[in-house]
Amino acid sequence: MSIPADLLYTDTHEWVRIEGDEAVIGITQFAQEQLGDLTFVDLPAVGDTLATGQEMGSVESVKAASELYSPLAGTVSAVNDALSGAPELVNQSPYTDGWMVRVKLDGKPESLLSAADYEAVVARDAH
Amino acid sequence: MKTAFAASVPGRTACLPAEPKMHAADMLPANLLRARRPALPELGELDVVRHFTRLSRLNFGVDSNFYPLGSCTMKYNPKFTEQVAALPGFTRLHPLMAQLKGAGQYAQGALEVMWETERLLCEITGMRAFTLHPMAGAHGELTGAMLIAAYHKDKGNRKTKVICPDSAHGTNPASAALAGYEVVNIESKDGMVDPDALEAALDDDVAALMMTCPNTLGLFENHLPRIVEKLRAVDALLYYDGANLNAILGKMRVGDVGFDVVHLNLHKTFATPHGGGGPGAGPVGVSERLVPYLPISRVEKLHDGRYYLNYDHPKSIGFMAPFYGNFGVLLKAYAYILRLGGEGLERVSEYAVLNANYLRKRLEKVLEIPHDRICMHEFVASACNHAECGIRALDVAKALLDKGYHAPTIYFPLIVKECMMFEPTETESRQTLDEFADDLIAILESAAQNPDALHAAPVTTPVRRLDETAAARNMVLTDDA
Repeated sequence: MSIPADLLYTDTHEWVRIEGDEAVIGITQFAQEQLGDLTFVDLPAVGDTLATGQEMGSVESVKAASELYSPLAGTVSAVNDALSGAPELVNQSPYTDGWMVRVKLDGKPESLLSAADYEAVVARDAH
Repeated sequence: MKTAFAASVPGRTACLPAEPKMHAADMLPANLLRARRPALPELGELDVVRHFTRLSRLNFGVDSNFYPLGSCTMKYNPKFTEQVAALPGFTRLHPLMAQLKGAGQYAQGALEVMWETERLLCEITGMRAFTLHPMAGAHGELTGAMLIAAYHKDKGNRKTKVICPDSAHGTNPASAALAGYEVVNIESKDGMVDPDALEAALDDDVAALMMTCPNTLGLFENHLPRIVEKLRAVDALLYYDGANLNAILGKMRVGDVGFDVVHLNLHKTFATPHGGGGPGAGPVGVSERLVPYLPISRVEKLHDGRYYLNYDHPKSIGFMAPFYGNFGVLLKAYAYILRLGGEGLERVSEYAVLNANYLRKRLEKVLEIPHDRICMHEFVASACNHAECGIRALDVAKALLDKGYHAPTIYFPLIVKECMMFEPTETESRQTLDEFADDLIAILESAAQNPDALHAAPVTTPVRRLDETAAARNMVLTDDA
């Protein structure tokens, strides 16, 4: 199971990469494996403000539809438009080409999980 | 298989129609005439007979094979109800007849059937009154959600939210949202609604809780009395999704428990054909306080015993359907209820629950049973114990098709991984259940040695495994593409 050490995580299976005063958000390898082949990704619009834990979009697969929750507070500065035509990017490379949202941070993100902590979440949810 | 259009041969015909005395051009203005003849298939009688006979062989139904689709109650539909629904006194009756002044006398039989059906459903569920209009389950849910909204509006309550448990049928949140409510999801605990989670979500803005009991995991909701009490405290209503009524006929009356609104799926519980086989009917029952808001028309009885349609209910939410719902379906359900009687209906539930538990015990060694306790009319298993050899619930479902079974429901409810949901219903014999269990056990035992064979399934069906991902990603919603 790929859980990059340089990223932060949530217990709802989103990952976060902090880049200066911005953060990039996606869903984890575990999340995409559980969902199966994605067929649709619904993302917020550029300019939307997000609160921590707020529903910010959804993903649909052949098995299920599932909400996306914002891991932090901020304003959406960019979204990955490629996903609307090619949701499979999330399955193929969840941590790179499959990124979802870029957010301008509103304060320091709180209570995100380290890779080690997230590994425990995966161990819990895998059963 | 070719479509009738693809098989068409120009000029071929099944008969020579008589020469018309007048042509369309003699009767219609020129601007309304077709420029070209319609592109109908041109076929001989034998072509047509073979075409439809082949099509009928491709059909899969409960009349031909076992159909353990969870959450759908695909029980056998006894044929006597078809005879009742085909009586010419009903089939030749024009639906407007009951509405024409003075002509109600020619529709007394049909009105009586509706009046009686409503009374029978009230007796079965303990509700005060029913509307028979909704055309199927989800339409009934929307009707119910609108009745809830009408009640709160009339009382001056400002309610904005409806609570749905995470095990709810997907249509529950959709119906509540369509009626204008914000949907609040609460997590289950031990496979049931968690009173503490409900408490945390409950406030004065909550209009209703939508519940299925037994729930989607096939489990009875043990905390019902506490749940009713909590909702009453904030004047929130309790909605019963009747999809699983087959488990509790004659055992529990939802009205007695404290539910305010209930929709029934006559096409599931009361044995009328559905799925590809026929339309549904989703009558909605209400408690005393919601009666004024029921849709119009309502069948009522005059002092002299005659029936009539009453449209004069000023607080009604109005029309939910043209005429009186799917009358033919109501008629079949009415016949079914009368034929079985109270004792028979009670036995329906007993056998449905017995069959589900029998199948659960037979399969517990080869599949994981996440909530391993006595179930109601259906149960949920998980194929995740076969994940190591690369076998998923989907593969098992496809392999069952090759054995001649309809697949169980898979990947629903979402709260169980690699979920497979079985509902055998009361109409299956022990022999059928044993054959099915033997076949499923054989499939799962072969999975470890030869997973590739399962990945290739199905091989005996008219089409092989379909690419569901491509179908979902590249939807073609028109027929001219």
